[in-house]
Amino acid sequence: MTLYLSIAIIVFIYVVIFQIAKASEYVSILKGEEASRKQNNKINGFLMVAFLVFGFVGIYVCNELYYGKTQIAQGAASIQGEKVDEMLFVTLIVTGIVFVITQFLLFWFAYKYQEDTNRKSFFFAHSTKLELIWTAIPAIALTVLVVFGLRNWFFFTGEPPKNAMVVEVTGKQFGWIFRYSGKDAIFGKKYYKNVDPATNSVGIVWDDKYAQDDILTEQTMYIVKGTPVKLILGSRDVIHDVGLSHFRLKMDAVPGIPTTMWFTPIYTTKEMQEKTDNPNFQYEISCDQICGNGHYSMKGIIQVVDQEEYDMWMAKQKPQYYTAFPEKDPTAVPVVADTTAKTAVVKM
Amino acid sequence: MSHEAALHNHEGHGHDDHGHHEHHDTFLTKYVFSQDHKMIAKQFLITGMVWAVLGGLMSVLFRLQLGYPDASFPWLESILGKWAKGGQITPEAYYALVTTHGTVLVFFVLTAGLSGTFANFLIPLQVGARDMASPFMNMLSYWFFFIASIIMLSSMFVETGPFSGGWTAYPPLSALHDASPGSKTGMDLWIISMALFVVSSLLGGLNYITTILNMRTKGMSMTRLPLTIWALFFTAVLGVLSFPVLLSGLILLIFDRNFGTSFYLSDIYVNGVGALSNEGGSAILYQHLFWFLGHPEVYIILLPAMGMVSEIISVNSRKPIFGYMAMLGSLFAIAILAFLVWAHHMFVTGLNPFLGSVFVLLTLLIAIPSGIKVFNWLTTLWRGNIRFTPGMLFAIGFVSLFISGGLTGIWLGNAALDIYLHDSYFVVAHFHIVMGVASMFGMFAGVYHWFPKMYGRYLNNSLGYIHFWITIAGAYMIFWPMHYQGLAGMPRRYFDFSIWESFKQFAELNRFISTVAMIVFATQILFLINFFYSIFKGRKVTVLNPWESNTLEWTTPINPGHGNWPGEIPEVHRWPYDYGKDGHEFIPQTTPVGEDESGTH
Repeated sequence: MTLYLSIAIIVFIYVVIFQIAKASEYVSILKGEEASRKQNNKINGFLMVAFLVFGFVGIYVCNELYYGKTQIAQGAASIQGEKVDEMLFVTLIVTGIVFVITQFLLFWFAYKYQEDTNRKSFFFAHSTKLELIWTAIPAIALTVLVVFGLRNWFFFTGEPPKNAMVVEVTGKQFGWIFRYSGKDAIFGKKYYKNVDPATNSVGIVWDDKYAQDDILTEQTMYIVKGTPVKLILGSRDVIHDVGLSHFRLKMDAVPGIPTTMWFTPIYTTKEMQEKTDNPNFQYEISCDQICGNGHYSMKGIIQVVDQEEYDMWMAKQKPQYYTAFPEKDPTAVPVVADTTAKTAVVKM
Repeated sequence: MSHEAALHNHEGHGHDDHGHHEHHDTFLTKYVFSQDHKMIAKQFLITGMVWAVLGGLMSVLFRLQLGYPDASFPWLESILGKWAKGGQITPEAYYALVTTHGTVLVFFVLTAGLSGTFANFLIPLQVGARDMASPFMNMLSYWFFFIASIIMLSSMFVETGPFSGGWTAYPPLSALHDASPGSKTGMDLWIISMALFVVSSLLGGLNYITTILNMRTKGMSMTRLPLTIWALFFTAVLGVLSFPVLLSGLILLIFDRNFGTSFYLSDIYVNGVGALSNEGGSAILYQHLFWFLGHPEVYIILLPAMGMVSEIISVNSRKPIFGYMAMLGSLFAIAILAFLVWAHHMFVTGLNPFLGSVFVLLTLLIAIPSGIKVFNWLTTLWRGNIRFTPGMLFAIGFVSLFISGGLTGIWLGNAALDIYLHDSYFVVAHFHIVMGVASMFGMFAGVYHWFPKMYGRYLNNSLGYIHFWITIAGAYMIFWPMHYQGLAGMPRRYFDFSIWESFKQFAELNRFISTVAMIVFATQILFLINFFYSIFKGRKVTVLNPWESNTLEWTTPINPGHGNWPGEIPEVHRWPYDYGKDGHEFIPQTTPVGEDESGTH
């Protein structure tokens, strides 16, 4: 009933607007084309200025309401992120100045130079000087932004420091798998045809001697505050993307082609919870490349902890080899449960 | 074949050439399989409008989900059936809607609907030709588009649903039947539809280029062409050079999907299926092929709008376009650069950082010709005598949106910022403003401005004003706040944000955006009513040149027949922008240069 009622109301509104528009057309025919054009010019000229004023007020209000909810307000959580934020502000200032000037001129000119029968338009077809000015000034501003941007870009995509820890991240529909190289600090070989979702989710080649101490975890990755971490990214099925919004980085995870990124976290998860005044704060990994129907729920968690806590966590981890071949496990006592269970909150 | 006879005499001078042959036309040849460029333009326009309504409706449906993720709308189930079980859109349907919305708006509305309409309508009329170089190919161009449309539409009714992996259709998601329900039959239909669309676009583009180069009337040198024609020319060149690359990419994709090749596939284990035998392919290869079209495509969408806006602003400011040669040069620069920046869509694919830096440089270079265009438009307005026709309002709106969306391009083109903002709502805001809404405004401007020439009647002005003011305010209210969502790292193409601690704070804003989106959509219905009512019942045009414009199309009869000019094609003596010169309100291109006239362009 309410559905039909609302349809009726909507149709009624259309009919009313249409009839008013129709009537105003008859009126303008009666008044003569010249007179009605003048009136329309006046109304729309006024609306141009009104739009300019309300537009800028709107931008201010929008900023008041939502800036605080962005992660820029929260502050970046990696040294890379701090550079991104800094660059973001520089770019904002440069483009913001251009935005205000050009939008102001556009709507102001539209208002000021609306048709006036006493005035003739100014025949002004060309000025090399003006054109050179607005080629040169943007070129200079852009050069600054490019130089600034590329310096950061080469830093972000360059080699990580020697002391960086390395974690391998594998995306799958719809979740994340993390592999640590274990005591030997070397990842064992893997081959995708070895994948077994139950015991070997990334396809480790068990015959490789470096593989036998590799550690696999799902959904939660532990890294250390202040220690650079290099991620080697891959995917088991379709293209995913490791989106680390708090660290201001992201990189695709592509099947068959490993990619890398690195960053240095500067706040632990706990510190960030205090900083943002949100006890539920988590460093979330969002999948940023559409990967199927579960794309929106493909969440991973990064626990940034201090070295001590990391070592404690690592000590509790058992090489995946022993999960695949329990009979070869030297420690007869099986390690209890999965320590990551409490943070794995993804609904599949 | 009498049309051809007339067309082969396109120079027209000295021939007894009357160019109207309606007496041969049946309903079928006049309205359906028409070879008249003006009718084909209207076919493109109306098909484009149908798609715009469908595509817009899809966005309303998925905005409903984003705005009200917890609510249930029983009427949705009665429309969508299993795609909205219990009155809530399923993730599958959501992704199908998002994907189809993107594909349809980018290709069917803003490519076919925009340049298909105005290239067809304006090129012969403004260069002074009786029709396109090949009217038959031109007709085929529309009918290939029509078949492509039917196939795309039919993909929405297959059991497993239409394709749902995003309009960019990246493999492996688009290549593996088992990766997503939408990647089954829906994807095959999507590829076939797109392939036919490419054929349509090529047939049209070749025609546009040939006509502009070969069929200009006497005196119409290249630098006397209106900027609309220049823009449509570069658009056609971009399309002809880049669409075949997409076609090749899609053909490889068909092979990977159905014939067991491994162009894009390597090292894949699909849940529930197991390891695939494909090895050695590169999923990134597709992205290079796709974006080699995909980026020029942005300009294929934008340039016609820029051209029409230049023309409309000049006519209604009663002033010459400022810096004609600079406008032309910047169009040329944009067209060249369009081919050299595609990998800025791929900064985070693991691209070689050095290659990335080259693409940063080339991408930011585009800001320079774009800036020239904006400043030249502003200078054209300066000290003009502006008439606010609805077409002019939309042209001004275009400039405003182009500035807003163009400036955020400087953010995203810089790889070190893109690495944060890529595939977030910041990108959604950027391309919707600069490419989507701005080009849509260009299209509206064109429709309002040339409607009298198309149908011999006026659109209703008041409805046009209401349409403009609600749409521009609404467009900003929808897309401006999305920048903030992007700055919060909120990824695009998410069905639901409520499980994300980092992104769930925008629930209220999403509701606001969805509400405005519905209002703006409803306002477009007003435009449709205006459009179709005015075709039949609008106020009749009684003068040849209602906007007091210089270009050739206004020298044709109010309702031009096939062949455009009843007598000889007029000769051109000057550029099209002599407005306000030597105290004259306007001097049409057909007026010979006076003896004591001040220096010509």
